[in-house]
Amino acid sequence: MKIVVCVKQVVEVPSYVEFGAGGADVDPAFTSRELNDADTYAVEEALRIRDEVGGEVVVVTAGDEGAVEALRRCVAMGADRAVRVWSDGLSVHDPIAVARSLAAAIRDEAADLVFCGVQSSDAAQQSTGPALASALGVPSVSVATKVDVVSGGSGLTVRREFEGGLAEVVELDGPAVITVQTGLNTPRYGSFKEMMKAKKAQIPVVDPGDAGASRVKVRRMFVPASSGGRDIEMIDGGPAQIAARIVQLVREVG
Amino acid sequence: MSGVLVVTEVVDGRLDESVRELVTAAVAVGGPVTLGVAAADVDAVLADTAIAGVDEVVTVRLAAGGFDHELQRHAVRAMIEQVTPDVVVLGYTIRAAAYAAALAEELGLGFASDVVGLSRDAGELVAIKPVYGGKVYAELGFASDAAVLVTLRPGVWEQAEVAGAPAAVREVALGGSAVSRVRHVEYLAPAGGVDLKRADVIFSVGRGVGAKENIEKFAEIANKLGAGLGASRPLVDSGWLPAAHQVGQTGVSVKPKLYVAFGISGALQHLAGMSGSKKIIAINTDKDAPIFNVADVGAVADILEVADELKALI
Repeated sequence: MKIVVCVKQVVEVPSYVEFGAGGADVDPAFTSRELNDADTYAVEEALRIRDEVGGEVVVVTAGDEGAVEALRRCVAMGADRAVRVWSDGLSVHDPIAVARSLAAAIRDEAADLVFCGVQSSDAAQQSTGPALASALGVPSVSVATKVDVVSGGSGLTVRREFEGGLAEVVELDGPAVITVQTGLNTPRYGSFKEMMKAKKAQIPVVDPGDAGASRVKVRRMFVPASSGGRDIEMIDGGPAQIAARIVQLVREVG
Repeated sequence: MSGVLVVTEVVDGRLDESVRELVTAAVAVGGPVTLGVAAADVDAVLADTAIAGVDEVVTVRLAAGGFDHELQRHAVRAMIEQVTPDVVVLGYTIRAAAYAAALAEELGLGFASDVVGLSRDAGELVAIKPVYGGKVYAELGFASDAAVLVTLRPGVWEQAEVAGAPAAVREVALGGSAVSRVRHVEYLAPAGGVDLKRADVIFSVGRGVGAKENIEKFAEIANKLGAGLGASRPLVDSGWLPAAHQVGQTGVSVKPKLYVAFGISGALQHLAGMSGSKKIIAINTDKDAPIFNVADVGAVADILEVADELKALI
């Protein structure tokens, strides 16, 4: 089986940030970047299936040069190849443009199965997978907690999760896009040999052309006054004072 | 092309409870508001569509019950083609997210999800959504004349009033080409045994608990104080507590009188399930943890030391 996994080098920010790019984004000096947590489960799921039935795992990201590190980490986990998609007109804040760009790179791979993480930790849109499936003209299943490849690779049995812990088992024929939930496996770190291979891996860059044209424009970014709109009372003192205040508040409810 | 199409979901034979929040947001955007529902038994939920601010209801009758995101996508596309709104509003739920971005891609719509603010600026739609773990908000515009589809975070907008009678209903037909490529096999009920929804007080533990053995301490304290025991997703993923304890988007959604978060950083996934609590106490060693953004009472401390003091007190 040829399995493509779409991953993202997500952005993390501390509680104090300053803005750059004319106010349209956080100043990169205040950001750190790493492979999206949910994507590590997507890569692991692909590697697990490849190790069972044979084939190839290709990791793809839509991102600038800094996003290469996410791909190298996936190769270190055991992915066979990596591809980066990027054009200067592509905004990572437009999931549709990201999905179309990924599709431009994936289409020629003729993958049997495409995995994405359920959502990115920085944008949390749960959108790349479904939009990518649409761009590729294949079905998708979101928030998978179990994936079984059946009928020699052409069929899929997937357990997906809804709100409130309700789950559903569905079947579909590949190729398809599956977004995987965290916790469905234990992502590996990779061997020393694979880590060395990852350092040297040649990673081609694909230009998505018009597919990367973004419709969403960031007008500005700002720090919300307080996302909950609440004033917080910080408890002074040590564990004893904190415990006493908790008990007091519990008793007020009772 | 004008007006707002609000699309809601049918869950367990009722309209999803967030529908009246979506209507509030739609009314504020301006223009006629159409409420769209696609379900097998549309008639059973028509009474729920009587909401102040809704000018018209459009329905699509589906051949099968349950939830099929492929059929929903076909149905909402048919609604959009009939109503020709310039804004389409859905809830940011797992059901809607399963097809929302696919529909936007298919129809070439502007798109944003997990939106917490919606307005117009000189006619142009402006959406506000949290980014970078919620520490920063992005104000988005949509550089195109195409309609825009947004999914809205539940619990942000006030609920619109219930109206005396439902608005006029228009039924939209679904073409024969609208088939699903995904086949339903079975539903698996959530793990039972814990009823957090009824608890007035919930003590929840997160990664800060450090080790599985430490959970017992919190379970005992919760029990003595008559509180339910909740957990964040990473603890359930690690197998430290059964799934029935999980509070969050994919777990139980709770609104207790008092929610105490021990060692929970406050990922969006978790906040989605508890930020509607009446009062929230957060204890965390990381003073920058996002959980403090929604807390009423906070403390920067080691939760195990606090647990020892709690045990001594009760």
